[in-house]
Amino acid sequence: MDKHSWAWFHRFASPPYLYKVAGLLTPWFAWSAALLIAAGLYGGLWSSPPDYQQGDGFRIIYIHVPSAYLSMMCYGIVALASAVGLIWRLKLAHAVAVAAAPLGASFTLLALITGSLWGKPMWGTFWVWDARLTSELILLFLYLGFIALTRAYEDQRSGDRAGAVLALVGVVNLPIIHYSVVWWNSLHQGSTKFFGNDAEIPASMLVPLLLMIFGFTCFFAACLLKRIQVEVLERERNATWVAEVLR
Amino acid sequence: MKSLHEFLTMGGYAAYVWPAYAVAAAVMIANAVLPGGRLKRLKAEIRRRKGAGA
Amino acid sequence: MSSTVLTLISQDIRLAYRRRSEVATPLMFFILVITLFPLGLSPQPELLRNIAPGVVWVAALLAALIGQQSLFKTDFDDGSLEQWLLTPAPLELLALGRVASHWLVSGLPLVVLSPLMGMLMNYPGAAMGDLALSLLLGTAILSLLGAVGAALTVGLRQSGMLLPILVLPLAIPVLIFGAQAATQAARGEDPSGALYLLAALLVLGITLVPFAIAAAIRVSLES
Repeated sequence: MDKHSWAWFHRFASPPYLYKVAGLLTPWFAWSAALLIAAGLYGGLWSSPPDYQQGDGFRIIYIHVPSAYLSMMCYGIVALASAVGLIWRLKLAHAVAVAAAPLGASFTLLALITGSLWGKPMWGTFWVWDARLTSELILLFLYLGFIALTRAYEDQRSGDRAGAVLALVGVVNLPIIHYSVVWWNSLHQGSTKFFGNDAEIPASMLVPLLLMIFGFTCFFAACLLKRIQVEVLERERNATWVAEVLR
Repeated sequence: MKSLHEFLTMGGYAAYVWPAYAVAAAVMIANAVLPGGRLKRLKAEIRRRKGAGA
Repeated sequence: MSSTVLTLISQDIRLAYRRRSEVATPLMFFILVITLFPLGLSPQPELLRNIAPGVVWVAALLAALIGQQSLFKTDFDDGSLEQWLLTPAPLELLALGRVASHWLVSGLPLVVLSPLMGMLMNYPGAAMGDLALSLLLGTAILSLLGAVGAALTVGLRQSGMLLPILVLPLAIPVLIFGAQAATQAARGEDPSGALYLLAALLVLGITLVPFAIAAAIRVSLES
C-alpha cells in the first residue's frame, strides 16, 4: 500500500478542499433529490392504489420509512466520522460528526411524528410503545445527548472528542438497545406488530417507496454538505484560505 | 387516485396524511434553508471583519 | 502494576468510609423514590405487587446514576487524576478499579437493601433472591456505564443533569432485562434467561467499557 493511494483520503483532511468539494457536490444532490422526490410523490400519492387494509392512510409510509432509515444511517455517519476523528486525529472528521447530528435528530423527530400520525387512525392512540417507535425515541435521546455534550465544552476540540467517545459508545450500544426493546415488546404485546407485515410489499407501493428513500438520501446529502461548509467556515474563520475563497 | 376529491380527502384519512406531509415539508424546508442562511451570514461577517482590517 | 490498582481500590474504600454520609445519599434517594410510588398512586397491595419490579429497578437506576456524578470530581479538582496518566498501571485498569470500589460502596448497598424495599412494595418473598441477583448484576453494569458519563462530564463547569441524560438511554437494556428478571421471578416463572442476558452485558461491559472511560478521562484532562 503505497503512500500515493491514500492521497485522496488525506486531501479531505484539508479544510479548503473539503469546503470546495462540498460546495461543488451540493447542487447535484439537491437536484437529484428534487427529481426523485417529485417522482416518488407522484407515484406514492397519486398513481398507487389504496391499501387493502389501511385505505389511503398507509401513504404516510412514503415519508415515515425514509425518515426512519435516514435517522439510523445518520447516526452511523456520526459514529464513523467520530471514529475517523479519534483514530486518525482529523479535526475535520469531528466537524462532519457535529454537522450531521442535528440533521439526524430532525429526521428522527420526523420519523416519530409521522409514525404517530400513522398510528392514530390505525390503533386509536397517537403513541404506542411498539419496538420501532420506542427504538426511534431512544435514538433521539442519543442524538440529543451528543449535541448537548459537544456544546457543553468550552474548548471545541475537547468537545468534539468527548462527543466522539459518546457516539462510539452509543453505536456499540445501539444493537443491544434495539434487541432489548424488541425483546421487551414481544413479551408485552404478543405477536401484533404495529407496522404490520412489511415482508410483502406490492410493486406499486415499493417503487415509489424506493424513489422516496433515494430522494430523501440525496436531500440528506445536500443538507449535510451545506452544514459541513458552515461548520468548516466557522471553525476556520481566521485562516488565510478563507479570505481567499471569500474574495 | 381517481379524482382530485379522492386525493384531497385521502379516503377519509386526510386529517392524518396531510399533517404528516406538512410536518415533513416543514422539517425538510428548514433543513434546506437554515444552513444556507447561516452560511451567508457567516461569509458576510468574515468579509466585514477582514474589510475592517481585523 | 496490579498493586497500584489495589492500592487505589483500598484507598477509595477508606476515603468512602470517612465520607460515610456522602456515600449514603444515593441509598437514601433509593429508599425515598420507592416510597413515592405508593404515596403517588395507591397503597393497594395488588397494585404494588404489579409495579414492584419496575419501581425498584427504576429507583436503583436513578440512585446509581446520582451516585456517579462525583466519581472523578475530587481527583480531577486536586490534580490526582492527572497522576493516573503517569503511573505504570494502564489507565483502563485504574478506571476499572475506581468503578469497582465505587460499586462496592454504592451499588452493593442497594443490592443488600433491595429485599427490604421489595417487602415495602409487597414483592413476593420467595423471589427476593432473584431480585437481589438481578440488581447485583445490574448495578455493576450501571457503575460501568455511569463512569463513562462521569469521565465525560467531570471537566465541565456546569454539567448539571447532563450525566443522567447521557447515560440513561444506554442503560435501558439493563433496565429491561433486570426488571423482566424480577417480574418473572415474582410470577414464579424462571428468570434465568433474563439473568444470563444481564450477565452477558456485564462481561461485555467489563471488557469494553474501561477503554471508553480511559478515552473520556484523557479528553477531560486535555480540555
